[in-house]
Amino acid sequence: MHIDKFTPKSDMMMLLGFAAAVLLMPLWLQPFGAAYPDLMQRFAIFGLFAIGFNILFGQTGYLSFGHAAFIGVGSYTTVWIFKLFTLNILPAMVAGVLMSGIFALIIGFICLRRTGIYFSILTLALAQMSYNLAYSVLTPITMGETGLQVEAADPRAWDAPLAEGAVPRTNLFGIEMTDFGGLAGFYICAVILIVGFYIALRITRSPFGSMLRGLKTNQNRMSYTGLNTRPYALAAFVISGMYAGLAGSLMAAMDPLAGAERMQWTASGEVVLMTILGGVGTLIGPFLGAVAIKYFENIFSAIDGAVLTSALDFLPDFLVSGIVPVLSLFVGKGWHLTLGLIFMLVVIFLPGGIMEGYRRIKARFSKSGQE
Amino acid sequence: MDAIILQILNGLDKGGAYALIALGLTLIFGTLGVVNFAHGALFMLGAFVAVSVREVLTISTKVKDESVTFFEAFKEIPYLELWLGDTGRAIIDWSVPISILIAIPVMLLIGLVMERGLIRHFYRRAHADQILVTFGLAIVIQEIIKAIYGANPIPQPAPEMFEGTANVGALLGLGDNIVYPKWRLVYLGFAALIIAAVFAFLQFTTFGMVVRAGMADRQTVQLLGINITKRFSIVFGMAAVVAGLAGLMYTPILSPNYHMGMDFLVLSFVVVVVGGMGSLPGAVAAGFLLGILQSFASMNEIKQIIPGIDQVIIYLVAMIVLLVRPRGLMGRKGVMED
Repeated sequence: MHIDKFTPKSDMMMLLGFAAAVLLMPLWLQPFGAAYPDLMQRFAIFGLFAIGFNILFGQTGYLSFGHAAFIGVGSYTTVWIFKLFTLNILPAMVAGVLMSGIFALIIGFICLRRTGIYFSILTLALAQMSYNLAYSVLTPITMGETGLQVEAADPRAWDAPLAEGAVPRTNLFGIEMTDFGGLAGFYICAVILIVGFYIALRITRSPFGSMLRGLKTNQNRMSYTGLNTRPYALAAFVISGMYAGLAGSLMAAMDPLAGAERMQWTASGEVVLMTILGGVGTLIGPFLGAVAIKYFENIFSAIDGAVLTSALDFLPDFLVSGIVPVLSLFVGKGWHLTLGLIFMLVVIFLPGGIMEGYRRIKARFSKSGQE
Repeated sequence: MDAIILQILNGLDKGGAYALIALGLTLIFGTLGVVNFAHGALFMLGAFVAVSVREVLTISTKVKDESVTFFEAFKEIPYLELWLGDTGRAIIDWSVPISILIAIPVMLLIGLVMERGLIRHFYRRAHADQILVTFGLAIVIQEIIKAIYGANPIPQPAPEMFEGTANVGALLGLGDNIVYPKWRLVYLGFAALIIAAVFAFLQFTTFGMVVRAGMADRQTVQLLGINITKRFSIVFGMAAVVAGLAGLMYTPILSPNYHMGMDFLVLSFVVVVVGGMGSLPGAVAAGFLLGILQSFASMNEIKQIIPGIDQVIIYLVAMIVLLVRPRGLMGRKGVMED
């Protein structure tokens, strides 16, 4: 087992490096063609989601398959605040995080009675139940398949009423999310991401964090020493649920609508994949995983047969007509196939994800050959 | 009274599907100790074997339509019908049951390839890794099927003989009010047959005895010089066949689509957990039990009292069972406890 050496100083450097990388995204993503606000917002939001998920999965080893439910709770709560009180995102996000925290407390209380696969299945079942409810009985709250939307005519208690037909835009004390070509929205996400990263860092380095890792290593031994382990696991579950709620809240703040499809189990699976791909239990890994997946999703989904044909123009015709149909299985609408394959390959060959790959390469090139 | 019997019947056929998938899942849990998230995909693959067989059987050619005399009209006639006449028509009509013959070797092969090629490398790794890799596999299989057959459901008719409804009430001497689709009765019988066959195989054959012994204490069986790994891969193949047949016979009830596997998988996991991890009778009993509960919960009378109960009843029951009896209804001590 590899153990990172860290000091307060190296942590501070990591935090500063992370903050710089995130804040400068609009610059250094330019050559990759990914420097537009919508995509960068997604990087930040899903990065936050994955970082929060990692607090549960990476630290305690509890594999939850239901975290998308918290995204849903966060989104719906936020949009309801937009509808009933104010278009300012701050109170809406606070409410979203609190609500998903309460929700996580209830779900965690039930699911954490079991460990291992039982826990995974229970979270999956509960999330699926919330998804079904959002589509059926709760339609007065969730608006079912149409999704919950903010309208100009909504009775906002704290805001001056909007003019008839005006487009309701979310703001932070007057700064609208779409200001500065959408960069305002991105920087709000980015600052929250950095704060979230800092909190995750503090949790990891705290005695509480080592308790959580103790749960992962050997829960029995922890309880033999007289500790009641459940409150620790529950706390980790609630914290990561709140991170997910915050991510959902941010989604709703950037684009004020909420739909139940965000709560589907595939969304839960996606965050697991991000965390694994980046590196479970590492601090930066989950964020890298989220960026990688959202980036490639964006690239791959845009490619279709015509793009492929023109890209392979230099090959002889008969080769092109042979290769294009095979390749087009993996791009465009077939992106999920690629995703599934990546998922399998990473779990099979590189269980530590990108961070482990990086470490292996570094170890190979370092003189001593020792990690 | 009639309504109650009808709801029980309704629940039994869905419960049959749950029970068959859960049976395979439990077999794999018990023998290989692997959590197979791709089991729903096997169910779906079975259904698509039926789709493929029907497509092959109905390869058609254009033939001049003699009944239209005003102009040249053509109609599509399957080759089978052209060559064999009524026999051909009957074969096409019975395509779903006929595809069982194809599905057994195909599913066995898929199961063996999956076990030998992928799952065996994960025996010694954490449960989380097993869940993740089979989850990835499920996505891959699902997307391949979607790429080949498209996203829309493809309806499969039952043989004409089993279309329509049967008057079950009259058969049982309970009056004429209980009518029920014939194919669902067939499915129920089929599920019972498969379950009985699996249990008989495990109970009365030497192979089954070794497998049961391996489930109880793998190490001792190996010390006796028996190659348990080889037998367990065959068990995996068997579980794949059971799931495949369950999906195949379900096609006239639910038109196969690429995500049906996942829909059933989540529920089947709940069934396994309720029944008790590692307990075969538990899986079967819980499958039928939850199927029946679900059908009762979708009755209008009950939905009026508790709205939305039909959507959540299974999960609610699972939660209550796990909170009251964490080991499940028939779970044994020490089996998959962590």
